[in-house]
Amino acid sequence: MRLVIALPYLWLGIFFLLPLALVLVLAFGTNAPDSVPPVELGVDLASFRLLFTDDLYLAAWLSSLRIAALSTLVTLLLGYPMAYAIARADPRRRPLLLMLVVLPFWTSFLIRVYAWMGLLSENGILNQFLRWSGMAADPYTILGTEWAIYLGIVYAYLPFMVLPLYASLEKLDWSLLEAASDLGARPLPAFLTVALPLSLPGIVAGCLLVFIPAVGEFVIPDLLGGTRTLMIGKVLWDEFFTNSDWPLASAVAICLLVVLVGPIMLFQRQQQRSLERRS
Amino acid sequence: MNGPIVKVDGVIKRFGAVNAVAGVDLKIARGELFALLGGSGCGKTTLLRLLAGFEQPDSGRILIDGQDMTGVPPHLRPVNMMFQSYALFPHLDVAGNIAYGLKREGVAKPEIAARVAEALSLVKLEGLGGRRPSQLSGGQRQRVALARALVKRPKLLLLDEPLAALDRKLREGTRFELVRLQEQLGLTFVIVTHDQEEAMSMASRLAVMNAGRIVQAGTPHDLYERPASRFVADFIGLANILETAPGRWLALRPEKIALSAERPATAHAVAGTVVEVAYEGDRSLYRVAVDAGPLMQVAQMNVARGTESAFRRGDAVWLGWADDAGQVLHE
Repeated sequence: MRLVIALPYLWLGIFFLLPLALVLVLAFGTNAPDSVPPVELGVDLASFRLLFTDDLYLAAWLSSLRIAALSTLVTLLLGYPMAYAIARADPRRRPLLLMLVVLPFWTSFLIRVYAWMGLLSENGILNQFLRWSGMAADPYTILGTEWAIYLGIVYAYLPFMVLPLYASLEKLDWSLLEAASDLGARPLPAFLTVALPLSLPGIVAGCLLVFIPAVGEFVIPDLLGGTRTLMIGKVLWDEFFTNSDWPLASAVAICLLVVLVGPIMLFQRQQQRSLERRS
Repeated sequence: MNGPIVKVDGVIKRFGAVNAVAGVDLKIARGELFALLGGSGCGKTTLLRLLAGFEQPDSGRILIDGQDMTGVPPHLRPVNMMFQSYALFPHLDVAGNIAYGLKREGVAKPEIAARVAEALSLVKLEGLGGRRPSQLSGGQRQRVALARALVKRPKLLLLDEPLAALDRKLREGTRFELVRLQEQLGLTFVIVTHDQEEAMSMASRLAVMNAGRIVQAGTPHDLYERPASRFVADFIGLANILETAPGRWLALRPEKIALSAERPATAHAVAGTVVEVAYEGDRSLYRVAVDAGPLMQVAQMNVARGTESAFRRGDAVWLGWADDAGQVLHE
């Protein structure tokens, strides 16, 4: 019994806490390009100082938050009607509809993002179609722009929005909407005053599940966004692999964690509350 | 204005291949407490939902206060409904639930506050306006649902199994409470129920439904004493149904039959043997086997204190009833 409880903690200790401590130690080190590994341990705040003084990092932070927030909003606007429709569908058809939502997970995330490259590039399927159908003479440049990042994030994270929304809408008692309409509410006000507030836990959970990983997203901006877009996940990668500046990369990682602790704790509290409400 | 508050004209409602409501004509007068009575699946709830506007008839029409309701959505009907599940908004407090319908109408805030307070006192829930529905007892929730529907001052209040979720003791008190409210407010109530005792004791008139049709409508007294068919005689109360001739039956209520040890002087007298006695406190119900015919049910009040039931199992008895004690039926 004790072993069963201890094992996961041991696992987390070795593979999460230890690396995290390592990153923390590295962040306070000094960059030493000529040694192996390229770092001198110590208590040096230079990396953090650079993060807060160089405009590049601030710009990357802000653009990450903006891209993540906007993608979350678009995902919500797309995901809510989907979840609502599935929750109101014939109970016999719901498992199929839910399976279709998670179907993309059967293919590797990386391969799906590569597929988007094939779709969006200048000689890609989208532009070929536009040229063939005569809708556009010149190819659109989508790949390598922020649009491609939005497309990629919304596409990749949509299931994480739909599933928690579905979970909260599925529990909704539809006679409440009938009661609202019986009491004189038109369909839209009835939705806004009854269904929307009652599905708020699902909205919060879905938004955080999209927003938190989207802020630190690396693969999508790297493959679809090209060189011009700044996102903090990409900056981290560049500092580590291109510039070999381990302390700076570690400092970026620590700051990313600190920034996301707020929303993560909000998410935890929300889950806790909905658990309590159910019991 | 005169004329019926509700007029249902040849309404049919199908769900797939099933005729949930299979041609109903009905008039409900102003100020009536009208009950729709029937077993599950008889179409009574569908008829109520047609009145509320949640369903549209496939043919026929419904007039409320002289207005044709065809195509009128629920939020525009002068009708409010109390749901069987109560359907209280869990994210609003009691006052918020009651104020919901008034806010949709755009009533001014001070008036909303006054009318909510009035509605709360009407259902005796003063001081509970700030509670959430989850913090209320079943009986209190039922009152909130009632107040929420009444505060809109509907021309017609629809109640779907209003007492079904309450326990027996509470149900009896609430029955009188509903009748008192209905009389005090002078509103028309339409109650859907499967409980014949409930329908009989509350309604000024009731309709018995079966297989999507109204089998008989009338006052509780009419339906009990003058049932039009074997179905109604059997559905409402207990009845002995005797085939007196081919296609001709006599429905005889258990309490209209006198039980005695000696042959009675009544127009009809039959000898038999007590097979079963069910002691119910105020009365005893006997099942008596007679020489020719089915088991007869006979009820007798236990007027004298001390003895349990006047007859025991195995006793030889006489059943006697007058010429006009039963109702002759042709269907």
